Amino acid sequence: MPTEIPSSPVIEVAGVTKTFAGVQALRDVDFTLQRGEIHALVGENGAGKSTLIKVLTGIHTPDAGRITRDGHISTIYQEVNLVPLMSVSANLFLGREPRNRFGLIDRARRDADAAELLRGYGITADVSSPLGTLAVGEQQMVALARAVAAEADVVIMDEPTSSLEPREVETLLGVVQKLHEEGIAIIYVSHRMDELYRICDTVTVLRDGVNVHSGPLKELPRIELVSLMLGRSVKEIENHGTTAFGEDHHADAEPVLEATGLTSKPRINGVSVAIRPGEVVGLAGLLGSGRTETAKAIIGALPIDGGTVLVAGTPVPRTVKAATRAGISMLAEDRKTEGIIPNLSVRENIVLAALPRLSRFGVTSRSKQDRIVDTFIKRLRIKVSSPEQKVAELSGGNQQKVLLARWLCTEPRILLLDEPTRGIDVGAKAEVQALIDELAREGLAVLLISSELDELLDGADRLVVLRDGSVAGELEGDQLTREHVLKAIAAEVTDDSDHASTH
Amino acid sequence: MTATLTKATPTMAARTKVLQRQGAAVALVLMVAVSWLVFPRFGSLDNLRDLALQGSFLAVIAIGMTFVIITGGIDLSVGSVYALGGVLAAWGSQYGFLVALALPLVVCGLIGLINGLLIARTNMAPFIVTLASLLFARGLLLVITDEGANTYQIPADSAFVELGRGTVFGFGYPIFVAAVLAVLGGMVLNRTNFGQNVFATGGAEQSAVLLGVPVAKTKVLVYTMSGTLAGLAGALTAAYLQSGVTVIGVGLELDAIAVVVIGGTLLTGGMGTVLGTVIGVGLIKVIQNVINQIGTLDSNYQSVVSGVFLLIVVVLQRILRR
Repeated sequence: MPTEIPSSPVIEVAGVTKTFAGVQALRDVDFTLQRGEIHALVGENGAGKSTLIKVLTGIHTPDAGRITRDGHISTIYQEVNLVPLMSVSANLFLGREPRNRFGLIDRARRDADAAELLRGYGITADVSSPLGTLAVGEQQMVALARAVAAEADVVIMDEPTSSLEPREVETLLGVVQKLHEEGIAIIYVSHRMDELYRICDTVTVLRDGVNVHSGPLKELPRIELVSLMLGRSVKEIENHGTTAFGEDHHADAEPVLEATGLTSKPRINGVSVAIRPGEVVGLAGLLGSGRTETAKAIIGALPIDGGTVLVAGTPVPRTVKAATRAGISMLAEDRKTEGIIPNLSVRENIVLAALPRLSRFGVTSRSKQDRIVDTFIKRLRIKVSSPEQKVAELSGGNQQKVLLARWLCTEPRILLLDEPTRGIDVGAKAEVQALIDELAREGLAVLLISSELDELLDGADRLVVLRDGSVAGELEGDQLTREHVLKAIAAEVTDDSDHASTH
Repeated sequence: MTATLTKATPTMAARTKVLQRQGAAVALVLMVAVSWLVFPRFGSLDNLRDLALQGSFLAVIAIGMTFVIITGGIDLSVGSVYALGGVLAAWGSQYGFLVALALPLVVCGLIGLINGLLIARTNMAPFIVTLASLLFARGLLLVITDEGANTYQIPADSAFVELGRGTVFGFGYPIFVAAVLAVLGGMVLNRTNFGQNVFATGGAEQSAVLLGVPVAKTKVLVYTMSGTLAGLAGALTAAYLQSGVTVIGVGLELDAIAVVVIGGTLLTGGMGTVLGTVIGVGLIKVIQNVINQIGTLDSNYQSVVSGVFLLIVVVLQRILRR
């Protein structure tokens, strides 16, 4: 269909250059968006995607170059940028509320219009309730509805699915398709290859502020696209995989962590996991299947109704402090709220968890701190100008490494990683994955939680699949395939779980 | 999990809403009912008129404070500005009704405007900026009254006195002024674009910017409004007292904040109602009135009881938001 539409650009950018504080964010970039097409915009973090979007929407003025816009642009962002405490309808119509004849907001009509509008997006929630009471996916859909209702000709979507569940992703992609059919042009920014290849017509790849490729997406093999993004040759990637993840780990025979029958109603019900030193065990399952809860139960952060946790055969008391002392560390999923302290320096963030160990009578040795911090910055290849740089100034990938370093300097034996590569760019992701490998090879027992199946299949030696808070199957060896996992998740497991349990 | 969440939260939110909005109202009704039964004098028309009049001055200030707090800000200057407004009105009354009314509104509005500009343009903390203007306004007041030695009197036959002391069916004019402002305030908050901007600014400032809300302008407006209303309350008080008393209004900003919060407005911003604030004023004033009725009780218990009440409300807000 897109090929049938005669070429008529709705946005045309020629030779745009933008420099921030001496750093060239965009260099002589050409970019054309045709009317009605879905255009993928890809690149690693820092490649210039956000800058290009801001130039397109007029937030940034380019230093050089020409931009021609022929229509109204709406942008929806990765995080839902609406007001949670205000009602759904108030959010939807903020700034262009329907008025009555006294010039006052007509609330009844606003609610009616909002309900009508949202029905088209499959949302039937009460529009007069606060937006914050909706699920994240629904909120994202409201943001999308708002963007489109503003009679946009172009909708820019910046990682719209990064916080959505698979089911919500489907709905969103359906809406994107509908917009496409209505002739609205879409710029779609995402790291998720599956989505890109499903819905996008064309692709533009940015690397280091330069447009390295623009063209139809379907004709471009995935591996070629990745090589364009990373700037490495296809051969290199074929040899090492896109992730270089999951080299053989040498696991000892005796598990260092044995969690049995963990139950915390209603979230998890009788989950058992055992990990041997040097082994990476993946925890698969849908959002809400109890993955995070299992990890939290292991480290004692979730009160449990039943179950035991043994470290090297010794029961661990049910507190985080005791678990940490026994050698369990956990990297939490949401690094913004549960980990990073943005205004502290890299050094302070790293030594935070190890402070009790580094201090005597409450006084810490600065030189000891510096030594440890230096070691980890080197070892984890954290890119910082100095250990005293504020963590807030680092990229997502480097922040994640700082957190990893924080837990590593407590010298754990068991590492629980909850979505360690979420929201970081492709390059940093590969590095974090390589690190996990390295740590396992050094004898750490790793529990890896990830929503990305490929990451689990590549990285883990064994997979425990959770469904609705229970173990739905355990897979290893030949069974580590997409089909097996999906079957286990989708509850078609009768043969497979039998099969698996014979192992 | 998410499915159950989406199902569970609306009822939770509804319950929160009812308790936050109606909680104060329920408490007020109970307080009034009990007081009526226990203290025979409480229900007398005279006492109720007096109660409403006492509440009206605070209500005028608290309406402005409601807007400020919903944007996520705070205005500590209103107590001083209120006193300054009274003195300016008393001084201006020698030049006639209009000057007596306009002078405090303009000067206090200007102080509010400066508060707003500093907060919105320089991103300084509202707490600090309005603390500075609290000191500034109190200082200015002492300067123009010769350190409080000079109390300007309003001639008893002046039309301006009528504004404070005039009555309809025995109810003082300030009660009607406060009532009209409360209705207007509620309307502005819920039925105008400016009102929606106030909620958006306090609810999620970053998002509001991206949604095209004029956040800076909204902030400037709410502080200007707060200053103007504090000035008006001061003018009304001066008219009622027939003089510009210099020692009033100390700590009044804290009373205003307390009644706003008791009325269910979130101190963190993004949520609140003018009606709740009015109920909050009623509650505080009834408590004070009752303690006065008991007679034997030290009047300082008013503050003790108000404090306990505020604490309960804040704790409830915290629990209900989980």
